[in-house]
Amino acid sequence: MSNWLMAGLLFTPLALATTSLLLDFRQGRALAWLGMVLQLLVSVGLWGLVKQEGGFYYSLAGWDAPLGIELRVDGLAVTFLLLTTLVASGCGIHAGIYLKPDKPWQRYFWPLYWFLWAGLNTVWIGGDLFNLYVGLELISLAAVGLVALGGQAEALRAALRYLLAALLGSMVYLLGVALIYGQFGTLSLAEVAHQVRLMDQAELMRPALVLMLVGLALKTALFPLHGWLPPAHGIAKSPVSALLSALVVKASFYIAARIWLEAGEVVATQWMAQLIGTLGAAAVIWGSWLAWRQPRLKQVVAYSSVAQIGYLFLLFPLTFGVDASTSLQAQQGITLQVISHALAKSAMFLAAGNLILAVGSNRVDALAGVSHFLPFSLFSFGLAGVSLMGLPPSGGFAAKWMLLQASMASGQWWWILVLVGGGLLSAAYVFRIYRASFLERDEKDHFYHPDRRLEVVAMLLAVASLGLGLAGSQVLSVMALPFEEVQ
Amino acid sequence: MTHLVMIPILALLSSMLAAVIIFALPEQRHRLRTGINLLAALIKVVLVGVMTWGVIHQLDYGMSYEILPGVSFELQADALAMMFAGLSAVLWLLTTIYAVGYLEDSPNRSRFFGFFSLCVASTMGIALAGNLFTFFLFYEMLTLSTYPLVVHRGTEKALQAGRNYIIYTLSGGAALLLGMIWLQGLAGDLSFQETGQLVNLNAELHPQLIMIFALLVAGLGVKAALFPLHGWLPQAMVAPAPVSALLHAVAVVKAGAFGIVRVVYDLYGIEFAALLGVLEPLGWLAAFTIIYGSVRALAQTDLKRRLAFSTVSQVSYIVLGTAVFGPVGTVGGLVHLLHQGIMKITLFFCAGNYAETLGIHKIHELNGAGKRMPLTSTAFTLAAFGMIGVPPLAGFITKWTLGTGALNVQMEWVIGVLLISSLLNAAYFLPVIHRLWFQPEYDWSEQRRWGKLETHSWLLWPPLVTAVLTLLVGLFAALPLSPLSWAKLIAAREYLP
Repeated sequence: MSNWLMAGLLFTPLALATTSLLLDFRQGRALAWLGMVLQLLVSVGLWGLVKQEGGFYYSLAGWDAPLGIELRVDGLAVTFLLLTTLVASGCGIHAGIYLKPDKPWQRYFWPLYWFLWAGLNTVWIGGDLFNLYVGLELISLAAVGLVALGGQAEALRAALRYLLAALLGSMVYLLGVALIYGQFGTLSLAEVAHQVRLMDQAELMRPALVLMLVGLALKTALFPLHGWLPPAHGIAKSPVSALLSALVVKASFYIAARIWLEAGEVVATQWMAQLIGTLGAAAVIWGSWLAWRQPRLKQVVAYSSVAQIGYLFLLFPLTFGVDASTSLQAQQGITLQVISHALAKSAMFLAAGNLILAVGSNRVDALAGVSHFLPFSLFSFGLAGVSLMGLPPSGGFAAKWMLLQASMASGQWWWILVLVGGGLLSAAYVFRIYRASFLERDEKDHFYHPDRRLEVVAMLLAVASLGLGLAGSQVLSVMALPFEEVQ
Repeated sequence: MTHLVMIPILALLSSMLAAVIIFALPEQRHRLRTGINLLAALIKVVLVGVMTWGVIHQLDYGMSYEILPGVSFELQADALAMMFAGLSAVLWLLTTIYAVGYLEDSPNRSRFFGFFSLCVASTMGIALAGNLFTFFLFYEMLTLSTYPLVVHRGTEKALQAGRNYIIYTLSGGAALLLGMIWLQGLAGDLSFQETGQLVNLNAELHPQLIMIFALLVAGLGVKAALFPLHGWLPQAMVAPAPVSALLHAVAVVKAGAFGIVRVVYDLYGIEFAALLGVLEPLGWLAAFTIIYGSVRALAQTDLKRRLAFSTVSQVSYIVLGTAVFGPVGTVGGLVHLLHQGIMKITLFFCAGNYAETLGIHKIHELNGAGKRMPLTSTAFTLAAFGMIGVPPLAGFITKWTLGTGALNVQMEWVIGVLLISSLLNAAYFLPVIHRLWFQPEYDWSEQRRWGKLETHSWLLWPPLVTAVLTLLVGLFAALPLSPLSWAKLIAAREYLP
């Protein structure tokens, strides 16, 4: 059973990617729909398996940990696999309708899309540091390709910048991995953590940890390393921006979080944890401020990602040197934040794409009258905004609530100010969009009305991010599925 | 058991489903939309009626469901909840009728009625919330669903007002959230209980509890328009008249006031709050707001702005009643929650009628309107007299009870505040009434006529009904089920555990 599921997760996306290379856009689209159904089945199947039998390690092709590829399947991995299926399918369906099939460039969309998906799956279940690196590279290269897909000079410039940042990040990370290998002779994350604890070699591992975190922070666009993100996310086609913002930046964060949770407590120091948290806080403030100032709609959404990613890095101070229940609260809060941001931000980028299509301009002030003639598209944008602002009953609120409680319980009240203030700052840029779209200048409907299906996809994702807050306990119960040491 | 849980949920859903259906309807389906709206409002009145009956007979409508580890979504229907729920159910019905007439032939009605229903759903949720967390969910939902109504006209001025509304209310929400988190850290997930429960906490925590109280009241005070957090309210006057009615009488300011009542009575407990010494500053703040609002109202030349500052002043009666320690003061504050709603909605309905029928916005344009629109003007006069506190109208009952309550606990200064405020009320309402009835007719250039009646019939009936209610709740205050008896019931449950 698990053999088939693993093969489904890792090899079918790769197979679909290579097959799509031979097809044109329309054929690739038909194949993609099949693939999405398959991914859905596989990830739900894996969920069922883990629910029944607990999490497990899995050695690919029967080779054991030191030599072979070790995979680690647990509740958290399943959570992210399911999330990926949901969001990537939404973006894929949207892209299939949104992208114009006649442009010759577009036939590369599906191969890149599937490479990206394969990379994401690899990262969620990767059990060793090198394996994670491979997944990460696959994601980065596919993502850069997707950004460049438009072919205009500006897109190529943004893609090049993105490529350089991504490569630099990977190299720094890889350097850290190399140090670890030299030190411990193994790349299995669990094994490394075990040895560090056992042999009290925290000092030795600290430089490696710093290198890996810096590389991953660059790839996650943590302030002040975020410069590459807004141009790339802003210029890409809307469904691509949605994918990048919802999933791609989360992959590198996921690795950083896993490393931290395995080894951080032993290796890192209090000031490192606080420093990372401070950078996150700075990202919240700086990103929101810039988002508020952007004249173009998609840039607003892109800078909002910089701000929202900032929250994620509060994980580091909130899990360091605190008791287990507080640490768990923080982890749950961050998981909810990742999920709700993925849903909300993909909904928002898709809705923004629909709105831009409708008004024929990407400027915020061109939205006047949209609330009258295109309420549906605006509404999905708005619901996603509720989640970003962290207002109830959204997933964003549930996440914030858990993080507030963790800050309170650990006595780190300064993060409370960041969380509450950040909510107000995001309200500033979200309501700026509403304000523009509620303005009524003339009575005529001169808008283009996009395909209903495009609007529905965005709406479904937005509703999911909103409803997440009401199902917080259920989602967290998937994450908390037990882990059985099978080995 | 299960059907008991279903009733509060259905009461919530009636307006929420109405909102969803209305959003989905095409703009042109006016009749269907109106039908659904009225049907949902009627259903809600019936459901709230059933629940009220149940509460008298001590039935338990509570439900609880864990949303996140450690916090639950909790509904409960106690006597206090039914007071607010009843107010919003009845006034929703009337306001819907009024709004249908008011917005005839204007654009964006689908959007309007959709958000309008969402507003009422939020209000119902606030009323039925069983703990602070659930209260907060609906409190913020109310903010979000009111914004589109405030900016409904889509003009620069409306958008500006909307911006201010959002800045004020979201900041208030943030303060409330801070207080809530802090409290959760100290005491865990607390349900609202009729005698409060924080009294059991360790005495070392008292300074923190005082700060939490300040945060919670600051957050709630924004919506309740306590000085100096009232700035959004007069500006929100650019919204259409039914929205003003909703903002001032039913939903927004009442949500704030109701929240303060919940915090003082059901979270801290009135005795414990008095012990902590937080009630007296709150009382002074309310008293100041009462006077301040009246003075500002006096200076306005625009009718709706005068009414708005009058709201700032009148809502603080509720807060004052809450802060007056003692059962009679409690009754006075609670009864005003209903009385102010009924009177203020009448005044706003009438102001809307003048604006729609005669194009009147300024007070001096009201000259002689009594002859042209006798029914509307009678309703206006009745409600204004009620506000001043003329017996036996609603406002008199409030002031009398508040005064008695204050005397009982040796807070004589409250009597002074009540007197000054009544004088100021008279000073800004009597000239208006004088203009209506005793001045020669103003030249209204934008007059409109609808058939035989003085104005559109859908616009006429709601203020007449509420004006008659203003009289009845005062006249029959001693009967069971009157607001006064209901407030006494709540006070009895609060003081006699």
